[in-house]
Amino acid sequence: MAVPATEIKLPLVTEASNAETLIKGLWRENPVFVMLLGMCPVLAVTNSVINALAIGGATTLVLLLSSTVVSLARRLIPKQVRIAAYILIIATFVTATEYALQALSYEVHKALGAFIALIVANCAILGRAEAFASRNTVGKAMLDALGMGAGFTLACLSLGVVRELLGNGTLAGVPVFGPAFEPWVIMVLPPGAFFVLGCWLLLFNRLRQRRERRT
Amino acid sequence: MIADAAATRPAPVEPEPISGTRMVVALGSIGVMAAIMLVMTYLGTLPAIERNRAEALEQAIFEVVPGAAARRGFEVRDGRLIPAGDPPVPPLYYAAYGPDGGLVGVAIPAEGQGFQDVLRVLYGYAPECQCIVGFKVLESKETPGLGDKIETDPVFRANFVALDVGLDAAGAFVNPPELVKRGEKTERWQVEGITGATISARAVTRILGDSGAVAAPLIQRNLEALSDGGSGD
Repeated sequence: MAVPATEIKLPLVTEASNAETLIKGLWRENPVFVMLLGMCPVLAVTNSVINALAIGGATTLVLLLSSTVVSLARRLIPKQVRIAAYILIIATFVTATEYALQALSYEVHKALGAFIALIVANCAILGRAEAFASRNTVGKAMLDALGMGAGFTLACLSLGVVRELLGNGTLAGVPVFGPAFEPWVIMVLPPGAFFVLGCWLLLFNRLRQRRERRT
Repeated sequence: MIADAAATRPAPVEPEPISGTRMVVALGSIGVMAAIMLVMTYLGTLPAIERNRAEALEQAIFEVVPGAAARRGFEVRDGRLIPAGDPPVPPLYYAAYGPDGGLVGVAIPAEGQGFQDVLRVLYGYAPECQCIVGFKVLESKETPGLGDKIETDPVFRANFVALDVGLDAAGAFVNPPELVKRGEKTERWQVEGITGATISARAVTRILGDSGAVAAPLIQRNLEALSDGGSGD
């Protein structure tokens, strides 16, 4: 027998305060440094500060819009087809974001290449839709998306700053070290991304362990 | 014992039955809303996207033809190059003129399959030296850090300062552009490749070769029409 939409009850999984929901993505549940999600754009596109900000901003926008819609429609989407529905929602917002970026800045869109389209496959976004937005109110889902998006952008920026500074001697295109600086070209290449990510993870884990020992 | 354990184990929770119609309606509704939103976004952003593309193309024309001060679009009709109409009919050739109004080169858009997607480029052809004198990527989805070196690698870019694409009496290349390994370039028609971006470098060489094989003889046959265009723009 078919069950009417109003009878489907999904648990509200979080009782955290709004502030906790917002800031957990920055540190405690950072999608890159803690959950290691969305590695493809993090490693590939963060060879400059501008690219890091652009991919972070685009991902945050898609995360916010898709989480809002998933949360709004959470009682209307049957569990059996939820993943297909979420992917359709996410793909729609990614395509719309790509058009918007192309209209706003041709150069940034060109620099990001295929990676805007690949936001569809960013597991951080599908993960938040499935684990959080589909079980929480719209307000909480939006706060979670904003926090996670900010955490993702911060992580991209952490890599972008180091890679551009050492690999190019510039910061957002502005020369920092002067003409005598010999750039470490490897930093703007894929191996440099792994190296810098490894260093940030090491630092993050050390800080986390130190904090745990204190408590 | 085993029977007792089985008896005390909680019964598995049966998933709530949902009608097929409801699943179809849910997915269908999302699909329709997605379609409406995408079409609206596309139509809303199209003027700005086209304006950005036109600006990028305009800038690129003056980059790929050194010494250009003005340009005029030409379209192909019956094997002849004539000033582009309104609206212009692609493929377009952009004749570039120096400050004195003389023809200094022709900027030619070309495209072909790159490593990940279609690669759109613009290159400059100088009829006087029968060589390619500039090259710029207009649209690319090549891998950042690897394939996108076709835009940034100075040695690769230096290939297109004077790449020989001379024609024989029959209008075919004497020597078509040929990709060689880094450090092995000995001839003016050879393109020095990029380590780690072989497929993208090969794609650029192929695109320029295929496009140049059509464009170079066409330009040489229509030099008079192209040269006259400088005074009319």
